[in-house]
Amino acid sequence: MTQSLVIPTLIVLSVIGFYLGRQRANALRDASANGGLATLPQYYGYYVALIAGLPAFVIFVAGVLLQGSFVDWLLLSSVPAEMTTDITAAERNLLLSSIKNAARGTTFGTPPPEILEAAQNFAIYQSIVRYALIAAVLAAAVAGLTWARSRINPAFRARHQVEGIVFALMVLASLVAIVTTLGILVSLIYEAWRFFERVPVAEFLFGLNWEPQIAIREDQVAGLGSFGAVPVFWGTIVVSVCAMFVAVPIGLMAAIYTAEYAAQPVRATIKPILEILAGIPTIVYGFFAVITVSPFLRDLAAAIGIDMAPTAAIVAGGVMGIMLIPFISSFADDALNAVPQSLRDGSAALGATKSETIRQVLLPAALPGIMGGVLLALSRAIGETMIVVMAAGLTANLTLNPLEGVTTTTVQIVTLLIGDTEFDSPKTLAAFGLGLVLFLSTLLLNILAIGIVKKYREQYD
Amino acid sequence: MIETERLPSAEIDSNWATSAAAQERLRQRRRADTRLWLLGLGAVAVAMGLLLILLGSIVSASRTAWTQTSIRLDVTIPADAIDPENAARARYGTFVDDALLGLFPDIETPEEQRLMRSMISNGAQFFIRDQVVADPDLIGQTFSAWVPAADRIDQLHKGVVNRDLPPNRRNVTDSQIDTYDRLVEQDRVRSTFNWTLFTAADSRFPELAGLKGALWGSFYLLLVCFLISFPTGIAAAIYLEEFAPKNRFTDFIEVNINNLAAVPSIVFGLLGLAVFLQVFGLPRSAPLVGGMVLSLMTLPTIIIATRAALKQVPPSIREAALGVGASKQQTVTHHVLPVAMPGILTGTIIGLAQALGETAPLLLIGMNAFITAAPDSMLSPSTALPTQIFIWFDSPERGFVARTSAAIIVLLGFMIIMNATAVFLRQRFQTKW
Repeated sequence: MTQSLVIPTLIVLSVIGFYLGRQRANALRDASANGGLATLPQYYGYYVALIAGLPAFVIFVAGVLLQGSFVDWLLLSSVPAEMTTDITAAERNLLLSSIKNAARGTTFGTPPPEILEAAQNFAIYQSIVRYALIAAVLAAAVAGLTWARSRINPAFRARHQVEGIVFALMVLASLVAIVTTLGILVSLIYEAWRFFERVPVAEFLFGLNWEPQIAIREDQVAGLGSFGAVPVFWGTIVVSVCAMFVAVPIGLMAAIYTAEYAAQPVRATIKPILEILAGIPTIVYGFFAVITVSPFLRDLAAAIGIDMAPTAAIVAGGVMGIMLIPFISSFADDALNAVPQSLRDGSAALGATKSETIRQVLLPAALPGIMGGVLLALSRAIGETMIVVMAAGLTANLTLNPLEGVTTTTVQIVTLLIGDTEFDSPKTLAAFGLGLVLFLSTLLLNILAIGIVKKYREQYD
Repeated sequence: MIETERLPSAEIDSNWATSAAAQERLRQRRRADTRLWLLGLGAVAVAMGLLLILLGSIVSASRTAWTQTSIRLDVTIPADAIDPENAARARYGTFVDDALLGLFPDIETPEEQRLMRSMISNGAQFFIRDQVVADPDLIGQTFSAWVPAADRIDQLHKGVVNRDLPPNRRNVTDSQIDTYDRLVEQDRVRSTFNWTLFTAADSRFPELAGLKGALWGSFYLLLVCFLISFPTGIAAAIYLEEFAPKNRFTDFIEVNINNLAAVPSIVFGLLGLAVFLQVFGLPRSAPLVGGMVLSLMTLPTIIIATRAALKQVPPSIREAALGVGASKQQTVTHHVLPVAMPGILTGTIIGLAQALGETAPLLLIGMNAFITAAPDSMLSPSTALPTQIFIWFDSPERGFVARTSAAIIVLLGFMIIMNATAVFLRQRFQTKW
C-alpha cells in the first residue's frame, strides 16, 4: 500500500465510523426505556467519524512532512561517525545526495564502500519509515474509532463534542493567516540573519556595488564590496516610478470618466473590460514587453536619434503601468463614488460646471482614497516579479535615466535562487536579505494605504 | 472657475451675465468641461487600446505555432534488422536516414547528407518506431509515413525564414532550401494542426515540444491549492463572520488577512523555499509544494469572498433558524452556508484562476526545470503552464517564440473559462434579498 492511498482509506474509515456510531446510537435509543438520546443520532456518527479521522490525518500530514528529514538522520547515523563529525551543512547535503545518487545508480565511477553500504540502507530505511507511518496512521484511526464508539451512551452529549471540535477547527483555520505571516517573517529574518553574519548590514543597505555572482567562486571570499544593494533598490524605484507615470494619469482619468461622466450602461461595460487588464497573468505582460513594447520603443528612440537599451527601465515600468491601470482606476472610482451626492448637488447649485465640481470638490474630497490606491499600486509595482525578470536587466546600474537598463530587487531574488540552490553561500542568502527588505517595504506601504483608505471611509459613514 | 474675490460694486454691470466678457468666460468654462470629458474618454480608450494591442500581438505571434510541417518518407523496415518480439528496440534512426537519402541519390557528399538529415526532426525515428510497434506487420515492408520536419524547415515552410536573405543571416542553407523545394515538388510536404502541442511534454526541439506536462502540473497544483485553501478559507471566514467576538485579537487576524492579500507573490516563494523545501525537506519541483505555496496566496481571496457572501445573507434567516431551536452551528451549516455558496464558489474560482497564472513563487521552488515527462503524482517533478511559458520564452530556438504565445493563449483560455464559470454561477444562483 502506498501513501497516496492513506487519505482515501482514512475517508472510508471515517464513513464506516459514522455509520457504526449512528447505528449504535439508534440501537441504544430503541433499547432505552425512558425515552431517547441526549442529541440526534447522526451526531454520534459525526463524533465517531471525527475521532477516527482527525488525529490519524494529523499524524499522516506530520509524518509526510517529516519523513524525509528522518530518513536523512537515519542515513547519517548509519555511516561511520568520522564522516559526519565536524562537517558543515553543505558537506552534509553533499554526502546525503551522493548516497541517494548511489542508491539510484546514477554515479560517476565507483563510490567509496561506506557510501555504497549507506545506499543499500537507504532503500531499507525509506520503506521502513513509510510503512511505519502507514501503520501508525491506520492504528490511530482504528483506535480512535473503537474508543469513540465505546463512549456512546444515551446520556453522552455528542453534539456538544462535535461542535466543540468543529469550533476549534474553525479557530485554527483563522489562525493560518497569522501563522503564514509569522512564517514569512521568521524564515526571512532567519536566513537574512545568516546573510548579515557574513556581510555587514551597513554594507548591504548602503553599499553602492552589487556584484553577487563574484562571490560564488570558491577561491574568493564573499567580496565585501559586492553586496551593496543600493543600485538594486534604486532600480526598483526607477521602474516603479515609470509604472506610476503610466498608471496614475490613465487610471485616474479613466476613473473620473466612469464615475462622473459615463452613463450607467457605458460604465457597466467599461469597468469589467478594464478589470481584464488586472486579471492577465504577469508573465503575459512580460512576454508582451519583450516581443512588442521593447522593439517598438527602441525603433521610436532610434527614429528620434536616442540610444536606448533593450532592457531599459521604461519598458518594464511602462508595461507594469498598463497592468496597474485598473488597480488605480477602481480605487479612484470607489473613492469618487463614496463622496456624498450632496457635495455634487451643492457645487452644481452654485453654478459650477461638472469639471469644476470634479477638480475642486470631488477630487480633494476623494484624495485620501485615491492616495491609498496609489500606494497599494506602488507596493504592487515594487513586488512585481515576472515583468521585470523578463524585460528588465540583470546588472545593477545606479542611474536616473529610464532609457538605461536597471535591475530590481525581485529580479535579483529570482536570479540568485533559480536553479539548484546551495543554502550556505552568501549569494543565496543575499536573496533572503533582499526579500526581507522587499517584504518590510511593501508591508509598510500596505498598512499605510489600508489605514488611509479606512480612515477616509469613516468620514462620511 | 469659481472666483471668490469681491468685485468693487461700481464695476458690477447691470447686465453682467450677458456681456461679451461673461459669454467668453462661460465658453472657456464649458471648453474646460469638454476637455476633462475628452481626457477621461481618451484614458479609457488608451487603456482598452493597450488591452487590444496586448492580446493582438500575442495572437499574431502565436500564428505559426498552431500548425506543424511534416515530411512524407517512404520508410523501409528490413525484416532482418528487427526482432518482432521486441520491435521497440531497433535502429530506427538509420531507417529514417536511409529513407531520406534514398529520395535524393544525387546528394552524395557527407556534408550535404548531414545537412539534409538535419531537415527532419530528431524525433522522427520515434514516430516510425511507434507505428511499427503498433502494427508489427510493417516489418519487412516499405510504407509511407509523415514525420515532423525540423524547426528550421518548419519556419521556412511557414515563411518565417526569409529565403531572400543572404545565407549567413538565416539558419537554413542554400542546399537545404533546394532540397525543400524538391520535396515540395514531389508533394512530400504538408502542414497539419499541431496536436503535438497538447499531446507531448517538453522537449529541447520545438517541433516535439508540447504542454502535456505543464497542463498536468497545473492541474495538480490547482487541486492541491483547492483542497487546502477551500476548506480552510471557508472555516476561517465562518469563524470571523459568524462566531468571533469583536476584539483586538480578531482585528489582528483581519489585518493579517488583508495584508497577506497584498504581499508580493515572490515572498510566498521565499517562504516555500525556506520552510517547505529546507525545513521539511519536501522534493523540489513537486506540484504538492507548489500547491501549498499557492494555497497560502489564495486563502485571503477566498476568506474575503466568503465573508462578503456571508454578509449578504439576511439576519432573518439566522433568527428564524435559531428561533426554532437550531444551534448556532446548525444555523450556519444548514441555512446560512447553502445560501452563501454561490458567492463562495465564485470567489474560490476567481482565486484559483489567479493561482493558475502565478509564476514567480513557482520559479523559486524549482518548477521551471526541464522535464520531458508528465508528472504521475503530486510529488514527481513537474512544470506548470506559466513556468512552461517562461522556459520556452528563455529558449533560443526560433520555433519557441510562437509556441510561447500559443501556450499563453492556452493559459488565457483556461482563465477565461474559469472566470466565465464564476460569472455564470453568480448570475444564475445568487439570490437578491
